[in-house]
Amino acid sequence: MPKITFPRMGESYRAFKMLLNDMGNEVVVPSRPGKHTLNLGVKYAPEFACFPLKILLGTYLETAQAGADTIITTGGVGPCRAGLYAQLHHKILQDLGYEMKMIVFEPPRLHPLNFIHNIRALNKARLSIRSIIAHIKRAWRKVKALDNVEKLSHVIRPREITRRSTTRVYRQALNWIDEAYTINQIEEAEASALTALNKIPQDPTREVLKVGIVGEIYVLLEPASNLEIEETLGNLGVEVERSMFLTGWTRDNAWKETTEGITVKDAAAPYIPELLGGHGRDSIGNTVLYARRGFDGVIQLAPFTCIPEIVARTILPRVSREHNIPFLTFFLDEQTGKAGMTTRLEAFVDLLRRRKQIPQII
Amino acid sequence: MNVKVGIPSALLYFLYFPMWQTFFKELGGVQVITSGKTTKEILDDGVREATADACVPVKLFYGHVLALKDRVDYLFIPRVVCLNCKTVYCPKFLGLPDMIRHSLAGLPPIIDTRMDSRQGYISILKAYCEIGRYFNAGRKTVWKACWKARHVLKRFNNLMQKGLSLPEAMAGLHKPYQEESRATEPSLLFAVLGYPYAIYDSFISAGLLEKLRHLGVRVITTENFHPRLLARQKNCNLSKRLFWTLSDLALKAAHLVFKQGQVDGVIHLTAFGCGPDSVLNKFIELEAKNHRHIPFMTLTIDEHSGEAGITTRLEAFVDMVRRRKEAVHA
Repeated sequence: MPKITFPRMGESYRAFKMLLNDMGNEVVVPSRPGKHTLNLGVKYAPEFACFPLKILLGTYLETAQAGADTIITTGGVGPCRAGLYAQLHHKILQDLGYEMKMIVFEPPRLHPLNFIHNIRALNKARLSIRSIIAHIKRAWRKVKALDNVEKLSHVIRPREITRRSTTRVYRQALNWIDEAYTINQIEEAEASALTALNKIPQDPTREVLKVGIVGEIYVLLEPASNLEIEETLGNLGVEVERSMFLTGWTRDNAWKETTEGITVKDAAAPYIPELLGGHGRDSIGNTVLYARRGFDGVIQLAPFTCIPEIVARTILPRVSREHNIPFLTFFLDEQTGKAGMTTRLEAFVDLLRRRKQIPQII
Repeated sequence: MNVKVGIPSALLYFLYFPMWQTFFKELGGVQVITSGKTTKEILDDGVREATADACVPVKLFYGHVLALKDRVDYLFIPRVVCLNCKTVYCPKFLGLPDMIRHSLAGLPPIIDTRMDSRQGYISILKAYCEIGRYFNAGRKTVWKACWKARHVLKRFNNLMQKGLSLPEAMAGLHKPYQEESRATEPSLLFAVLGYPYAIYDSFISAGLLEKLRHLGVRVITTENFHPRLLARQKNCNLSKRLFWTLSDLALKAAHLVFKQGQVDGVIHLTAFGCGPDSVLNKFIELEAKNHRHIPFMTLTIDEHSGEAGITTRLEAFVDMVRRRKEAVHA
């Protein structure tokens, strides 16, 4: 039986593991990317490839050593190079002597046959179409539950009275959702997770800043790649709103655009009227929207050498001036250290706080 | 009326300048001004103004725009998305007018017409009509200008396919073509792969082509191949073609030279931090591994490239190739 693995992006792996198991596959769950993963990736990936490629290559090599022989990943139609990463990974793995099968999911809107073909290849349990749809719905519900719980944790963390209490409850809640199987159980787990988070003792008088996070999807969704920036900010008393979650992004890109997606596009139109691939235009659009909603600042996260984000970074100073919102950019790569990042974040948060106290100066 | 249109001598200038020049000339009363060859000042200006993370060619483009901006009435920076109905240009090209407009101050109006051939057969013609409107040129004038410009582009490409290098072709565009007689026949033939805006900008490539000529090496580049020969490479054993026009061509050229096996060495010139090249370079490198009898070298350039460093690497590479060739023939 083939052993299947897939890229790890935040906590979503819990839902994918369930879905693949339901369809009768054996799954090798990728471990959280760590130092060892990165070293492997950096060693064999091209020097200027972006950070996600290096982490994923490291993850694939680790899972290959653990016995995985099939990789499920996503494709793309450009102009972002992530659309070619499946091919590049395949060639590099081949060159290193790992014969792995790649199952690449292209956007189903443009390649419906590819989608059906891939689902059939993964359907080891020979399920009927109806039960496949039911399984996908259940997995989707799980991803949604995971996203909702994470969203709430970002709101609670800056207001918690005991440090790390949110993180502790959040970790527990993840396990509840992980163990839930039927739709009812998932909904129940989600509800109790939300209640547990809301029950954490909070300080209502604390002045909490609001910061939006924009940027490239992988470094936004995988805490190991952005050095848990949300947690760091939460501990500094900042409520974080991330512009991208897996559910929202998938809805926008899998079938048709949602109203939220179109709003972002419209907000970015005066600055970037063209789709640049990746999330360059979303970064600009979301910054504009955060400014309109009265956020205190925006943080852009991007992998080093990411082209769309470089274009966005070039235009952000103008957006920042015209909409009066401070921003800070992090280009992340294997050299980024947590201490340096924390120092920069502390300085940024201090500036935001002072700016809020004396708004007339700025 | 005499309007001055500025075309920065960077990026797509190297591939389309003859065409654009003819087009504007045919519109009547439009004078084309370029920023000329790259100099130290242009590079320094560009490095100062552009984002630190941009690649050198884009930084150079900034420098060229700065060198032009006070001398012209319009800046011609079209948003070239796709010209062959299949592949697009690098995301930085797609966002080029936006990057320039939102990060430089005191610019003349920018002509940033969108060119995307995927939107129908005549969309490019429509784009040129839109450009014509800036100069009150009627549709007929624009069509005529397009027709002439197309012919010039064709001749330009033909000259390069006959073996002229890009600057030679640009200079010899309006002269009858004559077979060049070389005094001493170079002993080695190299393929230099990469993007024309890096290879043919002799300042930023640190005179790569001249240096190779001095070392007795004849050079062919992607532009010297007939597009049909390149198209025959299909997707180069990948399940998907590269998304970016110039990278796609470079990969096809790489496969072609490795398959033909007539060259003595292959050099891939890439700019530091180039996004598409990170993918392209690995693919070329892996392909080179299948053809071990043709040496392959990657040369990375950036704004700090020292001339001496590049010279040393080139000399070493050429010496190695030459010695290898002698040993094989002996």
